[in-house]
Amino acid sequence: MSETAKPHHPVPPGKGEKTHDSDFSYVGIDAILEQMRRKAMKQGFELNIMVVGQSGLGKSTLMNTLFKSKVSRKSVQPVPEERIPKTVEIKSISHDIEEKGVRMKLTVIDTPGFGDQINNENCWQPIMKFINDQYETYLQEEINIDRKKRIPDSRVHCCIYFIPPTGHCLRPLDVEFMSRLSKVVNIVPVIAKADTLTLEERDHFKQTIRGELRANGVDVYPQKEFDEDAEDRVINDKIREMIPFAVVGSDQEYQVNGKRILGRKTKWGTIEVENIAHCEFAYLRDLLIRTHMQNIKDITGSIHYETYRVRRLNESNTHFTSHQTTFTIRKQQTERGCEFAAPQ
Amino acid sequence: MASTEIARQAGEGARAVPLSGHVGFDSMPDQLVNKSVNHGFCFNILCVGETGMGKSTLMDTLFNTKFEGEPTQHNQPGVTLKSNTYELQESNVRLKLTVVNTVGFGDQINKEDSYKSIVEFIDAQFEAYLQEELKIKRTLHSYHDTRIHACLYFIAPTGHSLKSLDLVTMKKLDSKVNIIPIIAKSDAISKSELAKFKIKITSELVSNGVQIYQFPTDDESVAEINSSMNSHLPFAVVGSTEEVKLGNKMVKARQYPWGTVQVENENHCDFVKLREMLIRVNMEDLREQTHTRHYELYRRCKLEEMGFKDTDPDSKPFSLQETYEAKRNEFMGELQKKEEEMRQMFVQRVKEKEAELKEAEKELHEKFDRLKKLHQDEKKKLEEKKKSLDDELNMFKQKKTAAELLQNQAQQAGGSSTLKRDKERKNLGSL
Repeated sequence: MSETAKPHHPVPPGKGEKTHDSDFSYVGIDAILEQMRRKAMKQGFELNIMVVGQSGLGKSTLMNTLFKSKVSRKSVQPVPEERIPKTVEIKSISHDIEEKGVRMKLTVIDTPGFGDQINNENCWQPIMKFINDQYETYLQEEINIDRKKRIPDSRVHCCIYFIPPTGHCLRPLDVEFMSRLSKVVNIVPVIAKADTLTLEERDHFKQTIRGELRANGVDVYPQKEFDEDAEDRVINDKIREMIPFAVVGSDQEYQVNGKRILGRKTKWGTIEVENIAHCEFAYLRDLLIRTHMQNIKDITGSIHYETYRVRRLNESNTHFTSHQTTFTIRKQQTERGCEFAAPQ
Repeated sequence: MASTEIARQAGEGARAVPLSGHVGFDSMPDQLVNKSVNHGFCFNILCVGETGMGKSTLMDTLFNTKFEGEPTQHNQPGVTLKSNTYELQESNVRLKLTVVNTVGFGDQINKEDSYKSIVEFIDAQFEAYLQEELKIKRTLHSYHDTRIHACLYFIAPTGHSLKSLDLVTMKKLDSKVNIIPIIAKSDAISKSELAKFKIKITSELVSNGVQIYQFPTDDESVAEINSSMNSHLPFAVVGSTEEVKLGNKMVKARQYPWGTVQVENENHCDFVKLREMLIRVNMEDLREQTHTRHYELYRRCKLEEMGFKDTDPDSKPFSLQETYEAKRNEFMGELQKKEEEMRQMFVQRVKEKEAELKEAEKELHEKFDRLKKLHQDEKKKLEEKKKSLDDELNMFKQKKTAAELLQNQAQQAGGSSTLKRDKERKNLGSL
């Protein structure tokens, strides 16, 4: 009934002129960008970050520093005594933050108890289960008949993994965790409390880490295989040169050179958090928030989630195919049985 | 082994947290926009209207380019839809525009089924998207969306009211697509008539319950302009691709002996308003409405039709998988039953045939027996007859020899004179 002609490539004459009224050559297609922007501002954004690491590595402080507000678990529930949980717990707290008209629902998922026990076998399992549960919830909502206008996205977009600053190499726990989780979520490894490493130690540590990750086949964000074009590759290569970022977190301000900046004050000097000569916090923040946030969400949505969905839907299908094979076998048998000897 | 304890706090009603510095996520809309620009946009328009309404010309005028195609004839037997896809680019935005034209709409004598092909086409696009969405290995990200985002309905400029064909078609389409009614070739109507015509049209649409697309008024930045435009619906447009020199500029216009109708003059026609609304202000909203309202409605109806439900009678939520599984088992069961039935029937038929054949065989045997008996009887009779004839022959021979003997004796006793008489007698006797 309908035919699609070959795509025709007419270019409107005099493109690019931006005057609006009584200008023939300007159609106004690029006004759709403005419309998209308006829609995005109205809807707001969602971001779910998970922080994983041993206790005492400064996860909560880093979160507070990243989002310049008290978003961490500790700030929300003032715990009278700091106790290390006996098992890995998963605590997720949501916040509504707004900046220049852009509203964001930020969810920080904390994992107290990770790697703190004597026997840490399978301590990644609760975390993997949590991540898969979020995918499952989304999938259920998506295949519903009567579904919501906008499916609430609780999938974990990014997992920041804190590496303790030993200066030597990755521990088996780190390698194990990252190799398992890099398949289901975007992992951004950071070196925590990097003010204990000198610059040379830091570089050496980073190289060792990168080598070990490569050797174990762990693909951390930004993943090499998801680079879309040459431009992306160039940008991402630069980032890949720098991971893992060596960060220092702080939520206290000090006076340095007449300005009040976030930092850590020690007897031998003040470490400025946002100074790239001191630590790489600024790079991490730029990567996560200012430049690659949309990309992170897209990879979660279109690649990790789709992988999960394929796996999940195939699970129920293998159930079907086994049914089908028994059916065909039986059919053949009955056909053979239907042949009767001719009457003599 | 670590077990989990998942504690969720303040999930939905998240607390508002003030920021003490510049974080930087206000670049999110920019990131989103950049990504979309790289990806490109697609927009699909359906033009419904009778032949000769100026649909193709209006498309050309709207997008400022010459789409290929020639005017169609008026003798089409039914309504067909022809869709053409074009790639347009303006500054850095790439748009994949698909224009679907109804060919032969309103040309037939009996127009009862005109709307059906249009509805089928729209449903087919939804179906294609639904299939893609339900696939296991899907590529929604790079899928070329062919769902119709806007339907421009061209109303003939009679000046009186809507035709019944228009009402029927619009009523059928209003739940499937965003309808924007347009008065075509509106330079045929004078200003005062136009105002009355518009009022008549809107009141007819309202009284018949046709839901046309209303420009959204919930976003403050465009609420004002949209609500004022809403009051100008349906737009009275004039399309033209020819340019006429006016003053010192070339303007798109239609030249008549009594004056020139300028397409882009707001006093002359509503073309500028239409372009503003359709492209510059609400394109994104049209796409969103298509996806969230019309497509979801179609999807819900289609899935419910296929028998899927969200909750079973005990209101426990079903998963699509379970329902699918159950349906599949049911179907397999039915297939098996059918196969059994067929097998039974086959067996029965064979038996019947066998019985028939046996009967026939028996009959044949009987017949054979009878015939054989008949033959035997005949043979016996014949033999008897033969015997009796033989007996007669023997008796005759005996009589003959006896007679000869007597004759010889008589002759010897009678002498030779009677020899001749004997000979004569013999001759007589031997006859």
